Amino acid sequence: MDGVSFSVAERETLGLVGESGSGKSMTCLSMIRLVPRQAARILGGSVLLDGEELLTKSEREMQRIRGRKIAMILQDPMSSLNPVFSIGMQVREPLTMYHGLRGRALRERADELLASVRIPSPAARLRAFPHQLSGGMRQRVVGAMAIAAPPRLLIADEPTTSLDLTIQAQYLALLKELQERHGLAMIFITHNLGIVSRLCDRVAVMYAGRIVEMGRVRQIFTAPAHPYTQALLESIPRLGARRDRLTAIDGQPPDLATLPAGCSFAPRCPHVMERCRAEAPPEFTAGPSQMSRCWLHAPS
Amino acid sequence: MPAEPTGGALLLSEADIPARPAPRDRKLPVIPLGIIAVFVLVAILAPLLSPADPHEQSLRNRFKPPVWEEGGSWKYALGTDRLGRDMLSRIIWGSRVSLAAGVLAVLLASAFGASVGLVAGYYGGRVDAALMRMTDATMSFPVILLALILAVTVGPSFTNVVVAISVILWARYARVIRGQVLTLMQLDFIAQARIAGAGAWRIITRHLFPNTLNTLVVLVTLQIGYVIILEASLSFLGAGIPPPTPAWGSMIAEGREFVTSAWWVSMFPGLAILLVVLAFNLLGDWLRDTFDPKLRQL
Repeated sequence: MDGVSFSVAERETLGLVGESGSGKSMTCLSMIRLVPRQAARILGGSVLLDGEELLTKSEREMQRIRGRKIAMILQDPMSSLNPVFSIGMQVREPLTMYHGLRGRALRERADELLASVRIPSPAARLRAFPHQLSGGMRQRVVGAMAIAAPPRLLIADEPTTSLDLTIQAQYLALLKELQERHGLAMIFITHNLGIVSRLCDRVAVMYAGRIVEMGRVRQIFTAPAHPYTQALLESIPRLGARRDRLTAIDGQPPDLATLPAGCSFAPRCPHVMERCRAEAPPEFTAGPSQMSRCWLHAPS
Repeated sequence: MPAEPTGGALLLSEADIPARPAPRDRKLPVIPLGIIAVFVLVAILAPLLSPADPHEQSLRNRFKPPVWEEGGSWKYALGTDRLGRDMLSRIIWGSRVSLAAGVLAVLLASAFGASVGLVAGYYGGRVDAALMRMTDATMSFPVILLALILAVTVGPSFTNVVVAISVILWARYARVIRGQVLTLMQLDFIAQARIAGAGAWRIITRHLFPNTLNTLVVLVTLQIGYVIILEASLSFLGAGIPPPTPAWGSMIAEGREFVTSAWWVSMFPGLAILLVVLAFNLLGDWLRDTFDPKLRQL
């Protein structure tokens, strides 16, 4: 990953889109300094939370930030709860950990928390075990645990990918609601552009470990600047569009171990120029608050 | 049988589907549990149950046969040994040694082994490599040899038997638990716990350890039987519980020379070992099948 730079404000949702392996999840894990040790290391950069640098903090300080300030929801609700403890015990754990609650106050707060993620009859669910709940229910429980603090920033890493469509819509509405109630900043990782257009304020498009384009959702969808974003939008089906075939992007995403010298999208880009193969493009302004990492937008 | 008038022929009632018994509904292994319960009770109540002092010698009554043989009497229901001591009383008191050694050694070994496995699996990398090489080295060391060395250097005793056995046996636990932890570490709830700010201690004790408990219980039960045999073997070789404390292994050894004339001296302690070990093994098998059929390799 290189040259990934973005910011999220309170009550704002940033969509992070890109193909599998483009570095969306890695970006977020490195923000809370939890990149898998064997695979990656943080070499440099800066992560600021309310103006505080996170990369220089000690591991102990980071533990107090994870969950309390930055929470994250992972993709797979089937394995993101501990199978041997009841829902109640798992929902109470962050409450004891962050707020030192116990006894009656703890039980009441756990009830409230489950109710706030729209779980019907929370008191009964608290006694259930993860395997007794559906995927949608479990993901709600995970959501409840994530906002237990409540955090300043919530990172949702494809939280709806394994849910079916109606449940997806409900869950997204719930996330929006929680965001408004607690004033969360939210980063939403997905490869579903439909979700981005409905849920997000701004969007960052990632390709091969770099953000290639970033801007307001409206702009990106109506006037995509980067050829990769254009190709990405071409490849989604639209109601009423008179097209027989969907356009696919030719070629494969590059191997991250052997990135091409210039722009990493150059081998697949329809607008490729001589310069693209030689030199990686820096960030250019492509419109009002729209950034594109493409030589096409170089000021001439 | 006439067809149901309503509800449609395609609907199956609950009764039509042969129910696969849920794990919790499986019948308890009554016989093994019963045998274990009896032996545990006997061990606890040994002073009350034993008809005679297990140490009391009576040279006039050497090699008395059990009651049903010619020349036997109710005074010595299972006969007497070469010093005229009551076999039944010695077997009753011997159960204390066997069970205590078995349970203690296994508990020590599992506590240490599981900790090593948890730490190795959690930290991975060099910690894992170092701990697992230690485990491999331990596993290649014969228990009996270590016990013999201990017996020769510090003298045989109950403590030494337990120490010798657990010093070797922990490796098995370390290896199995580490393997399980490696699988668990791939699951999202561990990542989720870390994201929620849990440290190493919390993840190991609250998330990893509880998920290995099933395996641990199965392994412990299966190993108690094995350890009882080990203790008996050590006592048989004279590296275990020193005489005159009655221990099943040393009792078998004492009767060895007289098997042709006084078979009961070796036979009854042998039977006791057989029963207890078999019961623990059956219970362990049942626990394994009930908790997790995936554990078949244990």
